[in-house]
Amino acid sequence: MNPKNFNRLFFVPIQGASLSHSAAAEIFNKDESRTDWHDETLWFVREKRDKAVRQIAEWEQLRSLGSTIKDHTLSNLDNYLAEFEKNAQANGIKVHWAIDAEEHNEIILKIIRDQKVEQVVKSKSMLTEECHLNDYLAKRGVEVVDTDLGERIVQFRNEPPSHIVLPAIHLKKQDVSETFHEHLGTEKGNNDPQYLTEAARQHLRTKFIHSQLAITGVNFAIASTGGFVVCTNEGNADMGAHAAKIHIACMGIEKIIPNAEHLGVFLRLLARSATGQPITTYSSHFHQPRVGQQMHIIIVDNGRTKQLGRPDFRSSLKCIRCAACFNTCPVYRRSGGHSYHTAVAGPIGSILNPNLDMKANADLPFASTLCGSCSNVCPVKIDIHVQLYKWRQELVSEGYTATGKKVAMKGMAFVLSHPSIYRVAGKMGRWMMRVFPFIINNKSLNPWYKQREMPEAPKQSFRDWYKKNKQ
Amino acid sequence: MSSREKILGAISINKPELIELPVIDIKSTSVLAADWVEQFTKTLESIGGKVIQLSSIDVIKEEIQQAKIGGEYIVNTLPILGEVNNEINSTMEASLLETVDRAYIEGSMGVAENGSVWLYEHQIKNRLLPFICQHLVICLNVNKIVPNLHEAYKQIDVAKEGYGVFLAGPSKTADIEQSLVIGAHGARSLLVYLISE
Amino acid sequence: MKVGLFIPCYIDQFYPKVAVATLELLEKLGCEVVFPLNQTCCGQPMANSGFASLSEGCDKNFVANFGEVDHIVSPSGSCVLHVKEHLHDQDEIKAAYIRKHIYELTEFIVDVLKVENITASFPHKVGMHISCHGQRGLNLSSMSELSAPSFSKPAYLLNMVKGLQLSEPKRVDECCGFGGTFCVFEEAVSVKMGKDRITEHAVNEVEYITGGDVSCLMHLEGILKRQGSKVKTIHIAEILNSD
Repeated sequence: MNPKNFNRLFFVPIQGASLSHSAAAEIFNKDESRTDWHDETLWFVREKRDKAVRQIAEWEQLRSLGSTIKDHTLSNLDNYLAEFEKNAQANGIKVHWAIDAEEHNEIILKIIRDQKVEQVVKSKSMLTEECHLNDYLAKRGVEVVDTDLGERIVQFRNEPPSHIVLPAIHLKKQDVSETFHEHLGTEKGNNDPQYLTEAARQHLRTKFIHSQLAITGVNFAIASTGGFVVCTNEGNADMGAHAAKIHIACMGIEKIIPNAEHLGVFLRLLARSATGQPITTYSSHFHQPRVGQQMHIIIVDNGRTKQLGRPDFRSSLKCIRCAACFNTCPVYRRSGGHSYHTAVAGPIGSILNPNLDMKANADLPFASTLCGSCSNVCPVKIDIHVQLYKWRQELVSEGYTATGKKVAMKGMAFVLSHPSIYRVAGKMGRWMMRVFPFIINNKSLNPWYKQREMPEAPKQSFRDWYKKNKQ
Repeated sequence: MSSREKILGAISINKPELIELPVIDIKSTSVLAADWVEQFTKTLESIGGKVIQLSSIDVIKEEIQQAKIGGEYIVNTLPILGEVNNEINSTMEASLLETVDRAYIEGSMGVAENGSVWLYEHQIKNRLLPFICQHLVICLNVNKIVPNLHEAYKQIDVAKEGYGVFLAGPSKTADIEQSLVIGAHGARSLLVYLISE
Repeated sequence: MKVGLFIPCYIDQFYPKVAVATLELLEKLGCEVVFPLNQTCCGQPMANSGFASLSEGCDKNFVANFGEVDHIVSPSGSCVLHVKEHLHDQDEIKAAYIRKHIYELTEFIVDVLKVENITASFPHKVGMHISCHGQRGLNLSSMSELSAPSFSKPAYLLNMVKGLQLSEPKRVDECCGFGGTFCVFEEAVSVKMGKDRITEHAVNEVEYITGGDVSCLMHLEGILKRQGSKVKTIHIAEILNSD
């Protein structure tokens, strides 16, 4: 069998242009020292998180509270959204509802056209990434300037972010230096992060000052007060929102929390889990537009209500986008965010994305060893690894499985269900050797043998030994 | 059917049975106000801020005078520190605010566990001011420090004004190779004066 | 105390010496051990690949083999966890009994037998590999992600072994990358994860890497051998059973 046939038999091809996670990860791993660098950089963030967490005696209690507050909110989500809308409107905020990504994008385009806006700045919002807002607007002649430093870097490079908190974490300072040299005219070969950040500061200040419209995400929306909170370290969300005449905040329906007191729990969890900081530099609470300003909120579904209807997977909607599961994931650290070919990568992305498109994302729940570290770092206790396991069952039962895998699994199940056949198969030169890892002992065809020796087959199985020696 | 109705309808069908909202019952590990001041100082300094305790505001007044003589564009928003910059109002354009070198603002409350300070909109005069100024100075009554965020949210009313912010340190980023750089888009430095006068 | 010995299929086929060591160790510690001859597999390879629906036959066979013993003990945290979480049968009373009374070897020795002395000797430098399912699933040791007191059942036992010098890798509980079928479907990442574990153990100059799951050790052994390394892998049962 040639390797192509192996792939055809055992992998379901991914729809569209993107490679499957495993194929992209293999390319990522070709540069081992860069893989090491990526792994260590993100592990450093995980260590910062550990250090911050250990300073809070009540950390596990906070996680439980965060988890239950979100469980409660999801169980009463329609009422909280309605309450939020009423209060936000009373505060002078215009509330829009979008059933999907397209409607979300259309609402923004309409505001831009109605108000004859030409300059748009945007701070980080994973929802707008999920909706591919920038592409949508660019095709209609509107340029959006991303103002988070990491996002601006990847925007210049025409790449998607590879991490939801650290969008340019896959890049080295040399890469950033080259990009800035090309786009901002910085000194060639000057790789100093301080220098490069200063260049971006100057460049983006002019964008902030001249922008007419600012788009931000929403970290938390408070039902009882009709306000919302946006967290950044750079201050870019505030620079944009307070300078522009129009502010549009985009939120998924799951961003709601009941009351302001719940922010006490979530803001304590968020930054510590994300970067090990005690709190983000700026936690801004917006309740009314400023004098002369228009403020809009777009509340987006885009598959979330469907996920809410899946009992096994609904708790994924509790996610507060801290990315702790990315940083701890041994697979993410060694495959990079782009291998996940979705806006939200990492373990949480692997349980969110199959809901959006099962066929295109059928590979993601398998991009995990089910080690469980993700669930342990999750500040709202989402059982991520359990859901990865459950998505695998779901994908197989929905038919998103390669033929070869199905045949191998059926064969394996048959043999293992029948002790007498298992014994004979074992005797026939260690049957396991052939079904696990599925094919023959050949370096170019067998993925196990490529970089690992096969275990040596002993003369007799334990069962044979037992019969001989103990009976 | 509108998208609003569709979304709310889908939620009411798909949501699980009501789960009770838990009570937040977290107590502070220390009850001593002196500990909170120490923790506030230590924490804020660990994230790039600077904290100075003062028993007299004369030091600040003098500092403002000196800076003005030096030609800096200083914005003072606190009457107790002398002349207030009345040109700063809620509708001032970003292009004018951009020239502010240093702004003096009063803070409402400090949070010991995370080194943040709560600012109400009326205290900052213009929402952009604490972000767009090059350097930010916050004056905070030393008795206004609370142990943690739970206590902070009990004492502030987030919806009382149109905008409010927990601000913790200077603007920063680590987006380039996780190297910490102070001064991303917002203020390049934060100095908090804890005043016990 | 009647103990049913559950030997996972790949141990039966490839690592019978681990099964022998487990059996002898349990007998030394005073257990009456039986090995039901018609056992095959817990069904995990299918289930983790998304084919839990095909594991009914395995479940049925498992209940038929282990329905009559007081405790079930196995030298594999991963297989034990699978049974604990997923075993179901028409005879649900028996299945529930099994789910409650199945133990990973070190967990059984520490929690049920409450052993305080092990008379083994193994004068070597040994690195501890913590397998994820035993640790995060069965709570065999504390987890680096949680804010909780530190403990380890396997290390507690290894520290009783004469002459043994135990070390931990820098990232004390990072996954080795085996992951069932992950090891072939995500070959590049799987091998890289294994290599990184080995590198950290090598820094401690270990002679052996030990652990409670043969699957992880098989993966690490495959890489060590390909590298031509002198470091060997050994199951914890073999160490605890050594004279």
